[in-house]
Amino acid sequence: MTPFSRALMASTALATLALAAPAWAQSLNALVWCDHADPELVRPFEEAHGVRVNLREYEGTAAGLAILDQSRPGDWDVLVIDAVDVGRAVDLGLLAPLPADALPTGDFFPELVMEDLNTRDGQVFAVTEKFGYNTLSFNRAAVDADAMGDMNSLFSGDFTGRIAIYDYYLPVLGMLALNEGIATADLDAAALERLRAPLMALRAESRLVGEVVASQTALATGEVDIVVGGGEWLTAVLAEENPDLDWTIPEQGALLWAQSIAVLADSANPDLALEFVRYIVSPEGQARLATSSCYWGMPANAAAAAHLSDEERAILRWDQQPEFLARAQRYPVPDADLDAAMQDLWIDMLQQ
Amino acid sequence: MSPKAGTRQGWGFVAPALLWTAAFFVAPFALMVWLSLSRLEGRTVVPGPGLDNYIRFFTEPSLLRGLVVSLEITAVVTVVSVALAYPLAAIIAFRVPRRWQRVVLVLAILPFWTSYVVRSYAWLLVLGQGGAVNAALMGLGITEAPLQLSATRFATVTGFVHFFVMLLTLTIYANLVQLSPNYARAAADLGAGRVATFVHVILPLTLPGVVTGAFLTFVLCMGDYITPQILGGNRELTLPQLIMMQLGRRGDFPMASAMAVILMAVVSLAYLACARWLRVERI
Repeated sequence: MTPFSRALMASTALATLALAAPAWAQSLNALVWCDHADPELVRPFEEAHGVRVNLREYEGTAAGLAILDQSRPGDWDVLVIDAVDVGRAVDLGLLAPLPADALPTGDFFPELVMEDLNTRDGQVFAVTEKFGYNTLSFNRAAVDADAMGDMNSLFSGDFTGRIAIYDYYLPVLGMLALNEGIATADLDAAALERLRAPLMALRAESRLVGEVVASQTALATGEVDIVVGGGEWLTAVLAEENPDLDWTIPEQGALLWAQSIAVLADSANPDLALEFVRYIVSPEGQARLATSSCYWGMPANAAAAAHLSDEERAILRWDQQPEFLARAQRYPVPDADLDAAMQDLWIDMLQQ
Repeated sequence: MSPKAGTRQGWGFVAPALLWTAAFFVAPFALMVWLSLSRLEGRTVVPGPGLDNYIRFFTEPSLLRGLVVSLEITAVVTVVSVALAYPLAAIIAFRVPRRWQRVVLVLAILPFWTSYVVRSYAWLLVLGQGGAVNAALMGLGITEAPLQLSATRFATVTGFVHFFVMLLTLTIYANLVQLSPNYARAAADLGAGRVATFVHVILPLTLPGVVTGAFLTFVLCMGDYITPQILGGNRELTLPQLIMMQLGRRGDFPMASAMAVILMAVVSLAYLACARWLRVERI
């Protein structure tokens, strides 16, 4: 072998090794919602800790739990989950306890600490990271804002064919329950039957039932003027292009959505996972999460205000939060049978 | 080579394909059938065997309607796609000069080069209130106000037809170019006019290509989730959409499996019908 050949082989081997070696010393696997996939949110954490964060997006608790069920122990380190479903995950033994003193819940909006959801027998298992409302989004240029102050106007016939329904049964059925004077916490099988007629009536008034992108597209293109179940999460990212796209909470109230973040019990990197959770609920992380490119939402940590611009706070309606929080009710938390009945009703509505 | 050695060699050649089929088709399918005979109680899967999911599917109108909607949409898409693709393929095969045919075919399949999802969202904009179609209709004075074209079955069918016309054009074109011009000349010599030549000679000879394309259209259309989900506006649910709902929202794998088995049974019946009545085995 000539010296040149040896040099060539050696340099090739070195280059191969360099390429094959992991770019990051450690990695973290997180099962999240799409707002966490914004590189602006994750990159600062990766750079600060010299790690790689692998994200997998999912929608709906059932899908998330199915992914965990099909994974090997240790595959996942962090889980983002509906705050109302934290209890389900705790019951399944999926979540690791979190040190309460490591979390800045003292700076949180008090309603968003949600101890009853995130804590079990005095032990913290998750922490709220973001919240918002399922309510009415609308195009101010096409719809009288006063009319949106009353949910009954949806059934008046004035907006026939101009309404989109957000394709998620829990918030929409919750909103209809509020309109019927039923608290979301009291929603049971009997109360659900009372919602059948209003749901079908709403369907008759609507043009489409769409998931996030379809609803946003319909509102942005003028296909519809109202999205039932929408909110700041739906319109905020569109506000720059069309400031007329707005949202409000009608007199009957709205649904409060909240997402929590937790460390999985069988995480292979529990310390790093906790650091990630602490970053997400830190004021800087919260501001980035609130204005994520997928959807905006209020940060649970009120200290994030210092890291948001005046314009961003205005879009999030920061100053109106005390009033909004007072008028919003939590998502219904159905047991398995009620959940199945709700979904059956939803399918009936879609196939009407 | 002895007969035994030949047999061993033969098995050696087919073994990889057999193993592949067993591992990635037979075993998963058997698992799916077994799961479909289980049932979900609360959030727990209770092993079968039982027919609860099948009984529920055929007795619950909103679920059965998913199958009906899928069949209706598929039938319309298949018929419309064949009706559009056949003349297009014939023009390319018989009217376009040989040297340009490849270029025209590439142009015909150009839409395939974009993402299926992106193409569906593009149709959403084209068919929207302020989209090109409504603008053209109003600009020509055909309608005074925009029509609701998106979020309808029409939109779903349009999205499908756009895709499948290209697929059918390719399969029918492949059949047409192989056809010897002598058949048409012989028919003309025997006194057949253009229409009679097409109906009695050209069409029967190209039927295998049409049936292959139509069957592929049927299979892909019946099982498609993306197009109706994006373009249909959830105004009615197809069977694949209902399957996704069972998986994504309910975590009801047994019910989703039962529906998938039913979907597969429908496709198998369609294949058997093609094979029996149109002698698809000649293809």
